[in-house]
Amino acid sequence: MAEIIESGGGEKGGKKRPKKGVVRMDMTPMVDLAFLLLTFFILATSLSKPKTLEIIYPKEVENKDEKTKLADELATTILIGAGEEHLFYYHGKFDPDTTVLQKTDFSKDGFRKVLLDKNRTINERVFELKADLNSKQLSKEEYEAQYKEAYSKIVNDELAPFVIVKTIDKSMWRSVVNAMDELNICNVRKRAILDMEKNEQEAVEKRVTELGLPAAKESSND
Amino acid sequence: MPKPKMPKSAPSLDMTPMVDLGFLLVTFFILTAKFRPNEPVLVDTPSSTSELLLPEKIMLVTIDGDGRVFFDIHGKDVRREMINGMIERHPELKLTEEQLKRFSVMGMFGMDLANLGTYLKEDEAVRAKMDQMTKGIPTDSLKNELAEWIQEGYEAFMIDAQNKGISVEDLRDDEGLRYAIKADGATEYEKIEKVIDIFREKNIFQFNMVTTLEAGVDISAESE
Repeated sequence: MAEIIESGGGEKGGKKRPKKGVVRMDMTPMVDLAFLLLTFFILATSLSKPKTLEIIYPKEVENKDEKTKLADELATTILIGAGEEHLFYYHGKFDPDTTVLQKTDFSKDGFRKVLLDKNRTINERVFELKADLNSKQLSKEEYEAQYKEAYSKIVNDELAPFVIVKTIDKSMWRSVVNAMDELNICNVRKRAILDMEKNEQEAVEKRVTELGLPAAKESSND
Repeated sequence: MPKPKMPKSAPSLDMTPMVDLGFLLVTFFILTAKFRPNEPVLVDTPSSTSELLLPEKIMLVTIDGDGRVFFDIHGKDVRREMINGMIERHPELKLTEEQLKRFSVMGMFGMDLANLGTYLKEDEAVRAKMDQMTKGIPTDSLKNELAEWIQEGYEAFMIDAQNKGISVEDLRDDEGLRYAIKADGATEYEKIEKVIDIFREKNIFQFNMVTTLEAGVDISAESE
């Protein structure tokens, strides 16, 4: 510990004394700085861990025929075109003559609203489950275990809606990830990623022209 | 020692040891922070609300905006085992001990086998240039080197797990190899689909897509 050298009446520290000058520095700002650096490094190392979105692909692509056998009322399809704004959806089965493609986006009033609407019953049950488990005062592990089991049962219910994400070669990866993310946010577990049919592709192109949307950016290579 | 009579003043704390401690902790955290290996290509991944952390034991395929494919797998021993396996497949690929060592500590790479030897020999400046010019790992059906790396990588991981005595149950639960794909937000989906199809042929269907973190959403508020 530093010693105080008595040199004729010193009450205040940290001031250079004209007589036998003993410099005492106030270390408080240095401590602030040290802890600031420390906090920075702690946060920087933990933030730099990349996050991940799990996607499970179907085993065979032919599964799509099976999917269409399921009740059409439960199906919603989102079509991801080439441009950032080329996003459309339709409910049920696609009919080239009658189906009207609705334009959508990834804002909270866009596709999310459509999904929340379709998935209302399931989401209500999920909220009930959460409220129920929260009221039970469980430990973290018990909560996680019970939640996981019950949640899986709710979202895989027979009458739960399912969503098909349809892409073309030139769809942007970002749009695909955004679509999958929206499905996760809205608790839609039944899903598939497939290629667009020819007639769906044509319908998208027609709609893009109809609505006067900007064309997709030309890729710089091929 | 007689205590000198202190004039009545506000008690002051000597901060010196506190500073020592502060800097000690900072040093600790600086030293334990792992340094990111030099990546040949920087990819701007799309964001998602998913908070799942990327597991450590992964086989990572990186796809940049132009569709070039880069490969990486975790573990020095696994990489060593993998390159040995590749040499068995391609006897024309002759690598010295030094090149092999360099390969096992390297991060992700995007070289076709023809250029891999040269890549491992050169210094950093030349390698940086090669990284820029490379077309990535070939994925076309005639020369599907990516499929070979995936196969050898998987086998190397299994051999390494066996050597380290990890049980089959552990491999199924946590310690198993996971497959991650890191792609730029602007990459065309067909390029990613190609990589996924190559994985599917090897019976791999579950992927971890690398994303940056986006603020979470509370839908209970929105669906009111």
